[in-house]
Amino acid sequence: MIICRRSLVITLTGCSLGFGTVYTATVFAQPEERPDAALNMLVHEPPTMEDLENSELHPELKKVIRYGHDLFTNTQQLRGENVFNDMNCSSCHLGEGRVPFSAPVWAAAITLPDFRGKNQHVNNLEERIAGCFAYSMNGVPPEYGSDEMLALSAYHQWLATGAPMYPDKPIYGRGFPAPDEPAEEPDYARGEAAYQQNCSICHQNDGSGHYENGEYVFPAPWGDGSNNWGAGIARVETMAGFIYQNMPLGQPRSLSDQDAWDIAYYINSQERPQDPRYTGDVAETAERFGPTFHNRSLYGQTREHDGHVLGDHDNFGEKGDHKPWNVGMPRFENLSEE
Amino acid sequence: MNKKCLSRFGLLIGISIVTGGALAQQGDAERGQAAAATCTACHQADGSGMNVPNGESWPRLAGLNADYIAKQLHDFKAGQRQNATMVTFANMLDDQQIADVAEYYSQMPVTPGQGGDEADEALLARGQQLAERGDWNAYIVSCQSCHGPGGTGVGSTFPGVASQHAGYISAQLTAWKNEMRSNDPQNLMGAIAKRMSDNDIQAVSAWYATQPGSEEQETAQ
Repeated sequence: MIICRRSLVITLTGCSLGFGTVYTATVFAQPEERPDAALNMLVHEPPTMEDLENSELHPELKKVIRYGHDLFTNTQQLRGENVFNDMNCSSCHLGEGRVPFSAPVWAAAITLPDFRGKNQHVNNLEERIAGCFAYSMNGVPPEYGSDEMLALSAYHQWLATGAPMYPDKPIYGRGFPAPDEPAEEPDYARGEAAYQQNCSICHQNDGSGHYENGEYVFPAPWGDGSNNWGAGIARVETMAGFIYQNMPLGQPRSLSDQDAWDIAYYINSQERPQDPRYTGDVAETAERFGPTFHNRSLYGQTREHDGHVLGDHDNFGEKGDHKPWNVGMPRFENLSEE
Repeated sequence: MNKKCLSRFGLLIGISIVTGGALAQQGDAERGQAAAATCTACHQADGSGMNVPNGESWPRLAGLNADYIAKQLHDFKAGQRQNATMVTFANMLDDQQIADVAEYYSQMPVTPGQGGDEADEALLARGQQLAERGDWNAYIVSCQSCHGPGGTGVGSTFPGVASQHAGYISAQLTAWKNEMRSNDPQNLMGAIAKRMSDNDIQAVSAWYATQPGSEEQETAQ
């Protein structure tokens, strides 16, 4: 297969940001060119959609990958069937799922199947994507093997073109790395002020995001339009990482560590649709899924300023009574220990 | 637009009016027409402005968001946006007149953008790519991620750029790139403009000049 590759390293220098600070941004950098990145990591620059057109992949495969890209960047086309909030995959995985420090999705294609702490069994790529639908999209996943699932998987795997399977080095830019621990404990009031100063012009003071003429523009950081309580980004450290590495849009790492943690704490102290793993009791749910998940979210905790218990409701958002079929599905129960 | 979105959009308008403060002063289009007499020499009676190759292009105002126009006029007066011609005219308007002319122009139907017709296919393709998908290898986010699908503008903060004149768009992006313009909120435009090459700027300017700026315009084409 021939893919038209651009030079691996693209460097932007002298970008003046925010309040006149100057930094060097490397989008797909070799780690050694980034003073803050450890050496000896797997650096992968995924192909672009232009590379796809120029490649010699089978025309039918190209069609399916294009469909996967389209689903990834306009997941709202599945609204009401698989998606019951205002999000697209690319709302969180910026740059079409390619960009480092924005949870680039090709990493899943070369590290799965693997054991996943969140559901305590070995997951493959489709099951991982199904998890995103159940939690981040507050939805019901397309069936395993369906056209949508195959197209999304194909897009993920194609993005990983050339990267080694089960790499023996850590992956550069994987996930949403959290900023350093802040000097002061994350604080609701400070977070609210920082949110209003840095975020609300797009995401609105009430966190509802923004639709223009019925079309989605800015995603909702909380509320019914947003991810539910079981989504990874409901964990404060993940939200802090997303914010620090990616926001405001176009200005990565422009906020202070403290601002990123405070804003994450504030956003994740707001309500969102119920966790689909809800047992009917928030304290019980928080305890059961504490070790694997909710110990790092604020779910079930009492908000200090108004006494509200977060997640103590049976609002599942637009999804209503639809149940994601993949949540709680047991796997590999009959395998022996040896 | 479904009902939920409609009500949400209504709510947003409500919020923006409350939070817009002085900028949300209620304008009157009829009074605006009278106050706009001095504007028409450049911006034209139909608000279409003019693309001026090798000179200073005059932006289309017709159909732009009223609060956006008002903010720009206030910024010219306050020195937060620099333009030798505009500061003179903006200074002639008081706060009420600013609200009135802004309302007047916002109600006009969007007129066609000029200056993109001679762009070649490759330049337009690059423009479309930047507009719709960006170029993340250079950390250039898509224009539509803030200016909205089709680049027709989002709320009062992110102006419609589709069907704007190529000469005006490129002059503004170049001004941001060279730090001659900085009245955008939180440097959202400035950060991106600085990563755009001159060719990128020409490309998006030509692309948006050739795009419909409203549904009515799209239907007419």
